[in-house]
Amino acid sequence: MQLIYEKSREGCRAITFDALDVPEAPLPAGLLRAEAARLPELGEIEVVRHFTNLSRRNFGVDSHFYPLGSCTMKYNPKMAEAVAAEPGLARLHPHLSSSPAYWPACQGALQLVYETERLLAEIGGMKQVSIQPIAGAHGELAGTLLIAAYHRAKGRHRDTILIPDSAHGTNPASAAIAGFKVVQIPSAPDGTLDVGAFKAALNDSVAAIMLTCPNTHGLFEPGIREIAAAAHEHDTLLYYDGANLNAIIGQCRPGDLGFDVMHFNLHKTFATPHGMGGPGCGPVGVGPRLEPFLPGPRVVKDGDAYSLVTPEQSIGKMSCFFGNFMIAVRAYAYIRHLGDKGLKEVAQYAVLNANYIHARLKDAYTPAFGLRFMHECVFTAAPQAKKGVKALDIAKALLDRGYHAPTIYFPLTVKESIMIEPTETESKQTLDDFCDAMLEIAALADRNDNDLAHAPFTMPVGRLDEVKAARELNCAC
Amino acid sequence: MYPNDIKYTKDHEWIRDEGGVCVVGITAHAASQLGDVTYVELPEIGQDVKKGAAVASVESVKAASDIYSPVRGRIAEVNDDLLGKPELVNQSPYDQGWFFKLDDVDTADLRHLMDAAKYEAFVAEHAE
Repeated sequence: MQLIYEKSREGCRAITFDALDVPEAPLPAGLLRAEAARLPELGEIEVVRHFTNLSRRNFGVDSHFYPLGSCTMKYNPKMAEAVAAEPGLARLHPHLSSSPAYWPACQGALQLVYETERLLAEIGGMKQVSIQPIAGAHGELAGTLLIAAYHRAKGRHRDTILIPDSAHGTNPASAAIAGFKVVQIPSAPDGTLDVGAFKAALNDSVAAIMLTCPNTHGLFEPGIREIAAAAHEHDTLLYYDGANLNAIIGQCRPGDLGFDVMHFNLHKTFATPHGMGGPGCGPVGVGPRLEPFLPGPRVVKDGDAYSLVTPEQSIGKMSCFFGNFMIAVRAYAYIRHLGDKGLKEVAQYAVLNANYIHARLKDAYTPAFGLRFMHECVFTAAPQAKKGVKALDIAKALLDRGYHAPTIYFPLTVKESIMIEPTETESKQTLDDFCDAMLEIAALADRNDNDLAHAPFTMPVGRLDEVKAARELNCAC
Repeated sequence: MYPNDIKYTKDHEWIRDEGGVCVVGITAHAASQLGDVTYVELPEIGQDVKKGAAVASVESVKAASDIYSPVRGRIAEVNDDLLGKPELVNQSPYDQGWFFKLDDVDTADLRHLMDAAKYEAFVAEHAE
């Protein structure tokens, strides 16, 4: 398939403008380009066909099973899309929230923000939530800025955040952008946090520890209460990365485990499709200690009326208006639709499905850890790699069999890692078909089948040169 | 298998005393575990570094890792060639693929690091 730049023919246009019938206003020379931008030139139908055909080559949750570990690529019910398409929500002008004079005209939207924040606070065991952050990592940044504000208000300098070696890369990035030094805490051999090493790293310069629980090994941290107690002795705060909230939703609450601040990924756990940088929503939740510093403005309820206030010690705005409001709409619809019982079942089936896959694959692939997995299971393809078949080859072979590849080479703590997260939305039939494909590939790997090194064969492109792509990045479609 | 004129760390850096300055890089084992290196970040010259401080980083298609200083010292020179040709880390880990040079080093600190035989045993022990 040609790139759109290769299809370009000089002079082709999708739109033609009428002749100028007003005097031309000259632009300052400093604003003019020295040479014309190299834009593709095509007719409208050619553009539509190009992008429609590209989209048909895509792997998505609506077309394929997508067990991409750590990403929770679950099915997003169309019900939430229907709610978000309601004109009263979809066509609302964001500036209605900008002046008290307009608030009476957007009470429903303000109520939705208020109630979504209350529902998330209940789910997280937090005192308050702000839906402003527009991505998971943005929620992390909000959280680390809140942590900084808390210690600053106490008149002390805390410059360090502790982060496990199994963490998502966004954790150290967020901490660094908020101005902290990062100290890495090793995992114990069983895949959980090394509590001894954590305690040894703890001192009065440590502002917080950022944890994902279950962690990225798919394991619940059994020492979490001990970790929380040790941290709180130093007034070190606990940050909960909501990446794996799908595993515990409705079963236990980060706030009850001792966490002071957390983020949710509404685009992931709560009914918005995600991946590839689409709009997200990463609400930040806080316990009582961090409440005074929340991003503003906040929706408050007085009787039946909703209005906006900004807390005196607020860290300020994290985004325009209320961030990606429409993602919160989908989350609200999803939470109200499932209710208590439904949300509890999300976690139950997410964990059951991952353990089913683990049980079916554990003789053919080596589990990375001996503990019981939660919502995802992590294998190491190190034994297969010794025979010449790498995790990458296994992942590519799955594409030919109609499955999106699991996450590979993450977490970094596991050699030749294969990380499978089926989510709660898949049927036993789908899980069985996927396991059959994995077992077939394992048998091929055992015989060191040469084909595996060259898979995939049925995709629009074969083995991509990832090294060249990383070294000579050139984005075009 | 590993050169005898250099010392090794558990984080897979090597350090070579060239009399006055010490050269630091990552081992062939580390480079092969990372896979093809796609990007290298180097420290600022003149910066004082502690033993174990993260002073540089290396990225491959698979992973990103910090490079730690094996000893205390000051960054005297960095290998700018790696910025345009990160593949040197894979192709020539002990020669053209070096990362940075340290001066103001107490060479006695090098004695605590592993020699080639010990490093080889360390790698074998941690391989699965």
